[in-house]
Amino acid sequence: MLKVSDLAVSRGGVPVLSGVGFHLGAGDALVLRGPNGSGKTTLLRTVAGLQPPLSGEMMGRDQVAYAGHADGLKSALTVSENLTFWASVFGTGRAQVAAALSAFELEALDDRRAGNLSAGQKRRLGLARLLVTGRPVWVLDEPTVSLDVAAVGLFADAVRSHLGQGGALLVATHVDLGLGEVPVLDVTAYSAASRISAADEAFL
Amino acid sequence: MKALLWRDLALAVRAGGGFGLGLSFFLIVTVMVPFSVGPETARLSVIAPGILWLGALLACLLSLDRIFALDFEDGSLDLLATAPLPLEGIVTVKALAHWLTSALPLVIAAPALGVFLNLPGPGFIWLFLSLLIGTPALSVIGSFGAALTVGLKRGGLLLSLLVLPLYVPTLIFGAEVARRGAEGLAVETPLLMLAGISAGALALLPFASAAVLRVNLR
Amino acid sequence: MSLWEYANPVRFIRLTDRLLPPVAVGALVCLVIGLIWGFFFTPDDYRQGSTVKIIYLHVPAALMAINAWLMMLVASLIWIVRRHHVSALAARAAAPVGATMTVIALATGAIWGQPMWGTWWAWDPRLTSFLILFLFYLGYMALWEAIENDDTAADLTSILCLVGSVFALLSRYAVNFWNQGLHQGASLSLDKEENVADVFYLPLLVCIAGFVLLFVALVFLRTQTEIRARRMRALIARERLA
Repeated sequence: MLKVSDLAVSRGGVPVLSGVGFHLGAGDALVLRGPNGSGKTTLLRTVAGLQPPLSGEMMGRDQVAYAGHADGLKSALTVSENLTFWASVFGTGRAQVAAALSAFELEALDDRRAGNLSAGQKRRLGLARLLVTGRPVWVLDEPTVSLDVAAVGLFADAVRSHLGQGGALLVATHVDLGLGEVPVLDVTAYSAASRISAADEAFL
Repeated sequence: MKALLWRDLALAVRAGGGFGLGLSFFLIVTVMVPFSVGPETARLSVIAPGILWLGALLACLLSLDRIFALDFEDGSLDLLATAPLPLEGIVTVKALAHWLTSALPLVIAAPALGVFLNLPGPGFIWLFLSLLIGTPALSVIGSFGAALTVGLKRGGLLLSLLVLPLYVPTLIFGAEVARRGAEGLAVETPLLMLAGISAGALALLPFASAAVLRVNLR
Repeated sequence: MSLWEYANPVRFIRLTDRLLPPVAVGALVCLVIGLIWGFFFTPDDYRQGSTVKIIYLHVPAALMAINAWLMMLVASLIWIVRRHHVSALAARAAAPVGATMTVIALATGAIWGQPMWGTWWAWDPRLTSFLILFLFYLGYMALWEAIENDDTAADLTSILCLVGSVFALLSRYAVNFWNQGLHQGASLSLDKEENVADVFYLPLLVCIAGFVLLFVALVFLRTQTEIRARRMRALIARERLA
């Protein structure tokens, strides 16, 4: 579903990771680990197609649903309007919106303006958006930030059912999601040799 | 695409500001003009078409920085860029939403404000038409400027500096249509040029805006 | 050996180090000869008197104001297509020079206009076009200054330069339509009949050559400065890593 080989990514022109390769099939999950600044976010943004890779091959980029640090919510819209908007952008329907609302226990809040939600509720809404995209590969950057234990449980359930339906997951996280045995990719192993940016190198 | 348009319209209506602020600015600028040039109706009616065009243009400029900046800050722009929509289409729809929420109210209000400045009788219809045809160009050119400055902290002032020179041809032909119309002269040539600028900007600039957004998102 | 090899910053500096002295000397010689010849050894015009002599500053500056923008346009296109850093920096380096040329053209135009038309400034199409060109230069330079990342700045300014060129051209036509103007016809043209008389023409050509060489020298120098500034930042970045 998502195949990445010999990928090199850069942040602000400076190479941070190189030679990254992995393959996610239906039902696969992969957890990225590494200290702050090791390049997890950069890798995820590159996989999601938000920035071009320095080199390497990626397949299945158009299958990706991405969720980063910002939830992309409009505070003037209600919970269900936010989800309905993304459903129509991704060409899915009301059924997915309803499923997403129930998966993250947001039904009771569906008329509430997103701006009046708590931080944890906003995050749940941001994650519910993944369900309405209808895309199989979830690429998530620290999805459990500001979630309480119960909400992390909801999220884990959603992930399990997604994987069960043949989805895939690529996630950067520091907490145990309770998914059982999940392969871990330590990005520090792929740290690009300390180099300055290619643009800078041209001037030396 | 349609969903994006509806969302932007809904946001503009609910967050207020959208319609109200630009319109009030247009009203205030128009009202200030007689204070600065004097109340003689003959003089006012001569400068009315130009003043109204300039006022509408400046009011349009006020709301440009919100076209992309809000979506950029809350992360929606990232998500839209990964959605199955071409970025060129997204840019066009957002420019259209800006036109509907910010420019169209000005177009409708302009003839009413023309009364304050003693706009001559035949001028009303030509002022309205020239703004109707010319303001789409203002929105599209403005969205290009907004895309250029989306990542910058103090982009607002820079945005005006970049966009205003690009507005010159639109302003010249638009105000010329209104002026000639008010004086009862033939308006065909400037009207065609104005329509040409709007059509050309609408057809070509979204590609430039999308290219610029891609640079700013990476 | 291809021309593109000089897109390498180090090679560019080496080449321009060699070219800079002759170009600068050439500029100085042409300007001194052309201006002295023009100011002191040409007859007064039968209609315009001695005021016509400002033509030796006005016309070359106006020419370079436009040519500098054209050079920036070409350099921007090269950056977009081939991504040579020197090209982007050369465009950046040319902008203030072009803006200065525009100011010189406007100022000398005003000084010439005062005795001729009886006014320092008229909203004549040519004058207005140059004023608009100056605004484009300002916007272009401001955008370069505002963006921190060098490659992002190069990308955005080159696209602005492309779009700006189209709108600058449009403005030229719009302004022509808008006001017919007082300005005399072009001083130079390929059609011999329309040219200024030979006595004025030859020193004018020398002055133009001087301005072209001066522009080239300044752009070389400023591009070198930009390259060195980038090199310094690259060295600091490398130092931090070590």
